[in-house]
Amino acid sequence: MMARPARALLVGLAVVGAGIVVAALRVNQYVYFAGYVVLQYVVIATAWNILGGYAGYVNFGTPAFFALGAYTAVFLIQSTRAPLPVLILAGGLVSALLGLGIGYLTLRLRGVFFSIATLALSIVLQTMIINWEYVGGSRGLSVIRPSGPPFGSYVTFLFTVMVLLSVVAVTVARFIERSWIGRGLAALRDNEEAAECMGVPTLRLKLFATTVSGFLLGVAGAPFPYYVTFVEPNSAFNLDYAVNALAMPMIGGTTSWVGPVIGAVLLGTAQQLATVTISSEMNLFIVGVVLVAFVVLAPEGILGLVRRLRGR
Amino acid sequence: MAGTLLEVDGLTKRFGGFTALHRVSLSVRAGERFGLIGPNGSGKTTLLINCVSGALAADGGRILFEGRDITTLAAHRRTRLGIVRSFQIPKPFTSMTVRENLGIPLEYAAHARSQAGDADAEAAEILRTIGLEAKAHLRPAELTQIEMRKLELARAMAARPTLLISDEAMAGLSSVEVDDILALLFRLNEQGITIVMIEHIMRAVMRFSERVVVLDAGERIAEGTPAEIVRNPAVEKAYLGE
Repeated sequence: MMARPARALLVGLAVVGAGIVVAALRVNQYVYFAGYVVLQYVVIATAWNILGGYAGYVNFGTPAFFALGAYTAVFLIQSTRAPLPVLILAGGLVSALLGLGIGYLTLRLRGVFFSIATLALSIVLQTMIINWEYVGGSRGLSVIRPSGPPFGSYVTFLFTVMVLLSVVAVTVARFIERSWIGRGLAALRDNEEAAECMGVPTLRLKLFATTVSGFLLGVAGAPFPYYVTFVEPNSAFNLDYAVNALAMPMIGGTTSWVGPVIGAVLLGTAQQLATVTISSEMNLFIVGVVLVAFVVLAPEGILGLVRRLRGR
Repeated sequence: MAGTLLEVDGLTKRFGGFTALHRVSLSVRAGERFGLIGPNGSGKTTLLINCVSGALAADGGRILFEGRDITTLAAHRRTRLGIVRSFQIPKPFTSMTVRENLGIPLEYAAHARSQAGDADAEAAEILRTIGLEAKAHLRPAELTQIEMRKLELARAMAARPTLLISDEAMAGLSSVEVDDILALLFRLNEQGITIVMIEHIMRAVMRFSERVVVLDAGERIAEGTPAEIVRNPAVEKAYLGE
């Protein structure tokens, strides 16, 4: 019975170990800088997929959850200079609360109406932050990184932290997917009314999914202030997050935890390469083209393609 | 009354200004084959499906199941108690195989009640009873219309119902297929499951039911054996007019 979780733990530790080794290599700093963004998208895509992929509720409000994590961190840095682990935990918890609130919306809103509500939520929250001077308002705020990271430069340290957070997010998603919760979420994604009539506590499962998804999105955003060192609403609430969070799982495949990881690594890396080689505006263009291609040609993502090829 | 499984007492349901059910009372005995008929819009689905299975909250009256007041209980809790419905238009879990479709009620309803159970063996047994064992690994999209209806029944069976509410399980089927489904329902009833049948196909309801209640415009107008119902002038009036 212990063999499977033990193996998963081992794989997770190996990935974190590999991350530390990569950090210790001290290659060009840009690699860590870009790697951080890709890993951040692994967390975001994985978190989004718990609600969007497993439960079938498409969330356009990713920026709201991400920025809430980031601004919770900004607030704590401003008020108490709390250490990074506290920022991450607090960012996650505040976004989890927002997720719980969104969960109650699913009582009345389904399908595209739910999606529109989450998009509106993002705009409302951004407006509130713009008008809150303490965290920088519309002008933004410079954040000074703590001196002396535990090892390497601060960017390599943050890179390693993101490796750890990615492992945590993927482990949580994988656990949910393979448990009774994942099976219940799949049932309610297929048909909510039938699921409820077959004994699935649909509301409770939806609240669980929105809360966990919100928590992980907040966790992804919490280290953001230290990464960019200058936080302002337009970058924290960037619509790119909404588009990427949705595109990456769709491209990888939404039915398994592997899908968002594949999508985030492929698309995230392509975006980073495009940013340095072509132009920084190209990255959204790439997402758009790839997403359209996948929706038309491979609606079940790369995983679906692989499965189809194997089947024949 | 001894042996009463389901008791609906003075149930009222309104949609805005429209009264779909007006103080309807009825009781279903344990082990009974119970038919509910009435013209379109008479409140059959509102009453038994939505209010008894829990999709809609009643505006007045009480619903008792095994002597317990379940009027305000959530739908999934009622399923766990043993009230299970099938859908008129099949609503399978489309991303799952036939076998996996049965896994959901087995895990969430049947085994939530009694811990024991080998889900695989139970699913296989239900599929054998229903006659879908050869299709266990197919997706619902690959099934025929009648197989979909059978899957709907099989999935309901997997929730281990005490009371099965069959909502027009036979609408749109050929007469051979109707007989097929009827035979299944008879067999389930022999296993001790109380069955409430809501049906438009009179031949089927009259053959199946031991007792029939007739609804018209949200009110109960008749109750009796099929033979009595056929001779009842009020029923004739409700269906055919004066």
